[in-house]
Amino acid sequence: MTDTTAAPPSPAASGSAPFLLGDAMTGGYGSADILHGCTLAVEKGEIAVIVGPNGAGKSTAMKAVFGMLNLRRGQVLLDGQDITRLSPQDRVRLGMGFVPQTHNIFTSMTVEENLEMGAFIRTDDYSGTMAQVYDLFPILRDKRHQAAGELSGGQRQQVAVGRALMTQPKVLMLDEPTAGVSPIVMDELFDRIIEVARTGISILMVEQNARQALEIADKGYVLVQGANRYTDTGAALLADPDVRKSFLGG
Amino acid sequence: MTDFLNALVVLANFVLIPGVAYGSQLALGALGVTLIFAVLRFTNIAHGDTMAFGAMITIFVTWALQAAGVSIAPLPTALLGLPVGIAATAALVYGTDRLIYRFYRQQKVAPVMLLIVSIGIMFIMNGLVRFIIGPDDQRFADGERFIISARDFKVMTGLDEGLAIRTTQGLTVVTAVLVVAALFWFLNRTRMGKSMRAYSDNEDLALLSGINPEKVVAVTWLIVAALATIAGVLYGLDKSFKPFTYFQLLLPVFAAAIVGGLGSPLGAIAGGFVIAFSEVTITYAFKKVLEYLLPEALEPSGLVQLMATDYKFAVSFAILVIVLLIKPTGLFGGKA
Repeated sequence: MTDTTAAPPSPAASGSAPFLLGDAMTGGYGSADILHGCTLAVEKGEIAVIVGPNGAGKSTAMKAVFGMLNLRRGQVLLDGQDITRLSPQDRVRLGMGFVPQTHNIFTSMTVEENLEMGAFIRTDDYSGTMAQVYDLFPILRDKRHQAAGELSGGQRQQVAVGRALMTQPKVLMLDEPTAGVSPIVMDELFDRIIEVARTGISILMVEQNARQALEIADKGYVLVQGANRYTDTGAALLADPDVRKSFLGG
Repeated sequence: MTDFLNALVVLANFVLIPGVAYGSQLALGALGVTLIFAVLRFTNIAHGDTMAFGAMITIFVTWALQAAGVSIAPLPTALLGLPVGIAATAALVYGTDRLIYRFYRQQKVAPVMLLIVSIGIMFIMNGLVRFIIGPDDQRFADGERFIISARDFKVMTGLDEGLAIRTTQGLTVVTAVLVVAALFWFLNRTRMGKSMRAYSDNEDLALLSGINPEKVVAVTWLIVAALATIAGVLYGLDKSFKPFTYFQLLLPVFAAAIVGGLGSPLGAIAGGFVIAFSEVTITYAFKKVLEYLLPEALEPSGLVQLMATDYKFAVSFAILVIVLLIKPTGLFGGKA
């Protein structure tokens, strides 16, 4: 825990590469860089959480991993394969699922149609996956013929996560899944996310509710100004007095 | 009692039946406008002239078939020409998209830019149609003229007033019902239709889900070409074909789409009938109906016509303004 302030050693060089790795990513939307050598890694079946102050580049870092902005330096590896130059659509085909923070459902379509659209790239029978999603979120089964836009905030987030799960991704990326939902719903969503991770899906998640998110995290990344400030297990970060004082409100 | 029935027949003959037929034509036109708005996110000013182009091609095929002696009487020969008209119109609008709209789409221009582009395309199509077929009235309806003629109806019922249903009116309604049913089945039941709705609902998420936008756009133009051609041909059969009339149709068609809520297919249909019935009832002279219904002392001396038929476009325009002022999203809560 003593060296958590130092930048993590590049896992790509160390041999045993993690399942998903955004390595020393530098880049931004325009000419100015937002990320400065930021590194994120997720192991199989683990939950990694990105926390940090507003404007730290948390969402940007995740979008960089998903290919939604151009990297000037660094690379992204999925299961050892270099996917740095692939479009987000191609990454979905390789097994990455992404749940955007807003506009993450088709509001005018029914819950079931949302899931069908999630499975759009699949040519095989996806009814089994749909049943799994309904088992994970039973409320969605009851409301499957209702327009997704009519659901409550928490239910909409469940639809959004369910849609992303329909491709049977190996990695699920969530951009602030609990934004705007009540604390009770937030706890439930976190429970579901743990369940998803237990099925072997890696989770990379950006969260505003840093304390609760780190509690369920196998690994936590504290980003400040587009660079890694602290990297450790969730529990260790929660116990670190510096992290507590600076980012968790004491 | 007979007076009441006579009044009802007069009303049906001059308001109800023409209104239903005209409403179906407007609904088909408005569906095309609303689909373009929903999927491609702009207002297609060239839609009236797309209808004219589709009708024109169908007319040429009809004339060729008539010259060759082909007939499907009692139905009009134009029905046989319809598939060719749809194919030619689809080629035209898809070609226009590839050459012009796609360029602007890739620039991610504001919708108002595309609207202005579509005005340019409207002028080109407008000129194209007049250049090929000329600006004059063309008649191409053939086959049986009436399903029920006024005289037959009088003999049948013994009433003083006759009720005529023209073949084209019956055909319009039947075709419109079939087309609308097929469209809704496509949009709600097929993978392609659902992906079109998804793309319309949330473009970014549709892309993330692996929906191919160019394919969605191509299928949309194909459907719009079919809707526009069918609407254009039905209108031409029912009235007559004149390029300028189709340009003028743009106003009621847009009013219908906006009244129903731009982007809502259900709204486009409802809007079509709202506009059609408003136009017909406001410009109809109710004198005859009232003569049957009221005692002699109260019979009106005037025509009891709210507005001369020359002003029928003012009706759609007024409704358009009222809807935009009071409920801009339309009856069915569209996007604009």
